[in-house]
Amino acid sequence: GGDLRLRNFVSPADRKRFSTSVFIPFSRKTLCSRDLEGSEAMAQPLVKKDDDRDDEAEYSPFMGIEKGAVLQEARVFNDPQLDPRRCSQVITKLLYLLNQGETFTKVEATEVFFAVTKLFQSRDVGLRRMLYLMIKELSPSADEVIIVTSSLMKDMNSKTDMYRANAIRVLCRITDGVLLTQIERYLKQAIVDKNPVVASAALVSGIHLLQTNPEVVKRWSNEVQEAVQSRAALVQFHALALLHQIRQNDRLAVSKLVTSLTRGTVRSPLAQCLLIRYTSQVIRESASNSQGDRPFYDFLEGCLRHKAEMVIFEAARAITELSGVTSRELTPAITVLQLFLSSSKPVLRFAAVRTLNKVAMTHPMAVTNCNIDMESLISDQNRSIATLAITTLLKTGNESSVDRLMKQITNFMSDIADEFKIVVVEAIRSLCLKFPLKYRALMNFLSNILREEGGFEYKKAIVDSIVILIRDIPDAKESGLLHLCEFIEDCEFTYLSTQILHFLGIEGPKTSDPSKYIRYIYNRVHLENATVRAAAVSTLAKFGAMVDALKPRVFVLLRRCLFDSDDEVRDRATLYLNTLGGDGEVVETDKDVKEFLFGALEIPLVNLETSLRNYVAAEEAFDINSVPKEVKSQPLAEKKAPGKKQPTGLGAPPAAPPSTVDAYEKLLSSIPELASLGKPFKSSAPTELTEAETEYAVNVVKHIYDRHVVFQYNCTNTIPEQLLEEVSVVVDSSDAEEFSFVLSKPLRSLPYDSPGQTFAVFEKPEGVPAVGKFSNTLKFIVKEVDPNTGEADEDGVDDEYQLEELEVVSADYMQKVGVSNFRNAWESLDADLERVDEYGLGPRESLAEAVNAVISLLGMQPCEGTEVVASNSRSHTCLLSGVFIGNVRVLARLQFGLTGPKEVAMKLAVKSEDIAVSDAIHEIVASG
Amino acid sequence: MQACPQVKNILVLDSEGKRVAVKYYSDEDWPTNGAKEAFEKTVFTKTHKTNARTEAEVTMIDSYVIVYKFVEDLHFFVTGGEDQNELILASVLQGFFDAVGILLRGNVEKSEVLENLDLILLCLDETIDGGVPLQTDAAVLANKVASHNIDSGAPLSEQTLAQALVTAREHLTRSLLK
Repeated sequence: GGDLRLRNFVSPADRKRFSTSVFIPFSRKTLCSRDLEGSEAMAQPLVKKDDDRDDEAEYSPFMGIEKGAVLQEARVFNDPQLDPRRCSQVITKLLYLLNQGETFTKVEATEVFFAVTKLFQSRDVGLRRMLYLMIKELSPSADEVIIVTSSLMKDMNSKTDMYRANAIRVLCRITDGVLLTQIERYLKQAIVDKNPVVASAALVSGIHLLQTNPEVVKRWSNEVQEAVQSRAALVQFHALALLHQIRQNDRLAVSKLVTSLTRGTVRSPLAQCLLIRYTSQVIRESASNSQGDRPFYDFLEGCLRHKAEMVIFEAARAITELSGVTSRELTPAITVLQLFLSSSKPVLRFAAVRTLNKVAMTHPMAVTNCNIDMESLISDQNRSIATLAITTLLKTGNESSVDRLMKQITNFMSDIADEFKIVVVEAIRSLCLKFPLKYRALMNFLSNILREEGGFEYKKAIVDSIVILIRDIPDAKESGLLHLCEFIEDCEFTYLSTQILHFLGIEGPKTSDPSKYIRYIYNRVHLENATVRAAAVSTLAKFGAMVDALKPRVFVLLRRCLFDSDDEVRDRATLYLNTLGGDGEVVETDKDVKEFLFGALEIPLVNLETSLRNYVAAEEAFDINSVPKEVKSQPLAEKKAPGKKQPTGLGAPPAAPPSTVDAYEKLLSSIPELASLGKPFKSSAPTELTEAETEYAVNVVKHIYDRHVVFQYNCTNTIPEQLLEEVSVVVDSSDAEEFSFVLSKPLRSLPYDSPGQTFAVFEKPEGVPAVGKFSNTLKFIVKEVDPNTGEADEDGVDDEYQLEELEVVSADYMQKVGVSNFRNAWESLDADLERVDEYGLGPRESLAEAVNAVISLLGMQPCEGTEVVASNSRSHTCLLSGVFIGNVRVLARLQFGLTGPKEVAMKLAVKSEDIAVSDAIHEIVASG
Repeated sequence: MQACPQVKNILVLDSEGKRVAVKYYSDEDWPTNGAKEAFEKTVFTKTHKTNARTEAEVTMIDSYVIVYKFVEDLHFFVTGGEDQNELILASVLQGFFDAVGILLRGNVEKSEVLENLDLILLCLDETIDGGVPLQTDAAVLANKVASHNIDSGAPLSEQTLAQALVTAREHLTRSLLK
């Protein structure tokens, strides 16, 4: 409020003098500030009396400024005799208001704009500059733009370079497409203007205009190319940026640009940074089809010796981000970044440590050389740098340094922002998994910071970390659970409370003394909101179900919950009491009851939702077993052009090929011949049978039934002048002995660009995962279509079109169905259902490649993220789950190891509900 | 990564975090004045205790890289996206910061900036155009802004000499203070 009060103490005379003396150009400044000193001396005692701190400095020329008054003042723009200085002052006031977030109404803006345009009459240079600023800020509408166009165009052709440059920038900012074509000629000239300010103005305007009028700006490439050769540093930078944007979709052109510029000399550091970015892009795009030495690496490496720091850094960063970068390539980049770490400039240290932090995620060994420099950065004044240094050290550190690091971290945790804290917590989590013996120190650290202040994301990161440690480090379980219990005693986040309660229900009953958790859980029923109370009731029930000794106590507690004010809480308590036998004698809880109450819902929620929607509309009772368990495949990417023709005729096939599981089901059940086969066990993802961009596009979906397979051919006719009729696929199954042809369902007509389906049905032995190859030929009658009328000829010609082969493989008989807890699922199956064997997989590209090959051979769902192989690891364990034809649950544990250079061996353990299926899985691997 | 370096905003705030002069180049990131003010508040609170008076400092807030420098009662900030080369942002900041110093003859403080707001706004306008760095050399920038504000009485050559003296004096004081 100091401003307001102060205003009252400034005498009207002062204010008047003030408003006229404020904007004196600075050559007369000395006079002005002496003036001010005088007035300050006068104001000071008054301010002090007012007991305001050091507000004497708050002497603003805009004190008490009001929009209405300034708009009134803007009338001076209409004076026949313009006072340039006064007009400049008023514009500054208007700009000040806008800058402070004040807005003008449409009417006000229009009035100001019209008044401002009068100022073009003045020849005062300073005023003209302010006028340009004002027009840009007002962003006039199209019909208003017309009024200033001619004035601006005149300035654009002025002899004064400053006018030309600024007029170009203003005009391009407010212009529309029509006007642009009128001034295009001048802009092209300006791009190659010998004055760098003018050239830059035109080039930067081009960068902006490319977003709205690409077709116009693209015509300037010759001029822009010339400007790239400019001797003026910034012109080169702006020209290069624009040229690249013009050509960014033309890979070849970008590659040529990079090739020629990396040989030549680029003068400006900014332009050199751009060139490094474009070079990385070219390297990225050519990486897939080249072998041996990486193209342009030498250029990037050479930039590490550039004299400008921004270029050195840009190059170092580019090298670290190369895909599949080798340690030999990395070394020179790491060396320059390490030098930056001890720079006196914080920005340089920050840039280096941020980049090294990223490198540490993928190549921790490459960064260890910098550890000593990193450690000294922990005490860096700049906390961002310190945080990045710590997390880098956590990623690269060894077991012996953990305790020392933790001590250093604890000291500074309190004065960094939440987002940095999250980074630290995540780094500590992975460190703990790396060095499980150190769990005590790390768990203590996590529980300490859990008690301190923090937002939701931060707290969630800590809780997630503790949960992961409990899961993966058995010794950490009991102390971790107690930390979580203490946390929910005073937790403001409902989501975290319910998650922790759920987790307690799973892990708590398995501990040595489950009873000690009951108190914490029951406290929630008293003190929390309904959501948390309901979660607590479920957790209590889990303890009751799993631990017989606790049953009587749990029943007492659950009965109290019957009087809860919330429906959900009462309902849950009632359900659990009844199913667990809480109203009768205390007996051991049935396995089925446990399964019913606490078993995981192994149905994708989307599928459940679809089934429930159908149920609401239908008469039949809902059966949870009818919900498909298969994870929905992604919808097909549609390749069609946007303005597609509507199918003609009533019997036209559906417009798009159905792509999801239920869409398939709907389609199959709508065709009588196929509906009689029952429900498919599995539908594969579509496989293309034609090359891209051919006359006819065909892909196939394999539907697997117990005794049949159905091939669904999705066909698209891409020739506008043709109509296809009686379309079918002739399938040769001579390489698939176990299959015999049953029927084919042709497609009556296939007009241009409206996909349709034809089917072929084969019989196979029941329940047997038969495999085989099928060759396919598309047969049809082709009729000419008149492109003008869209009418087809009467007569057609028989024709055929060769398609690719298709194959039915073992993976087609396996549904990808995950389990939420692999270990529990594995242990729930008897040991005598297990089959173990070892395989040599021969030379492989990498461990990861071998793992992926086996996963896709089996067609099973990887669990718990085990499909990801850490780089440089020499062994890997992968967990797979699926349902085999005949609805047999299958689990597989795969242990891979490198036995020699590139030689991979695998131990495969399979468990399934049917020992014959366990054998069959081994059969698949042995023959694959 | 962006093909061309982009500055998302330049902020000049006072010692209480209030806006002195700001320019935003990205309406997507901060669509309303409220969003802008909230951002300024966050940036100010998270940086005002740091010492950014001798060298430019840097931090990351909400996935933005922010380089900043303080002088007297003024806080200068330049914001870029997460992938931005920090050193490019720093050169933009340094260019603008030093240009303001030259324009105000080394007398950079809030009251001076407000009194010469026209020069500051012109300087902002010459530094960045729609997010693209237009000029990062402080002397060139100051010259572009001041060229027409100089009275005919003070010829350009003298002017630049005077500026050079100011800069030299600044450097001297700085090295003495170290």
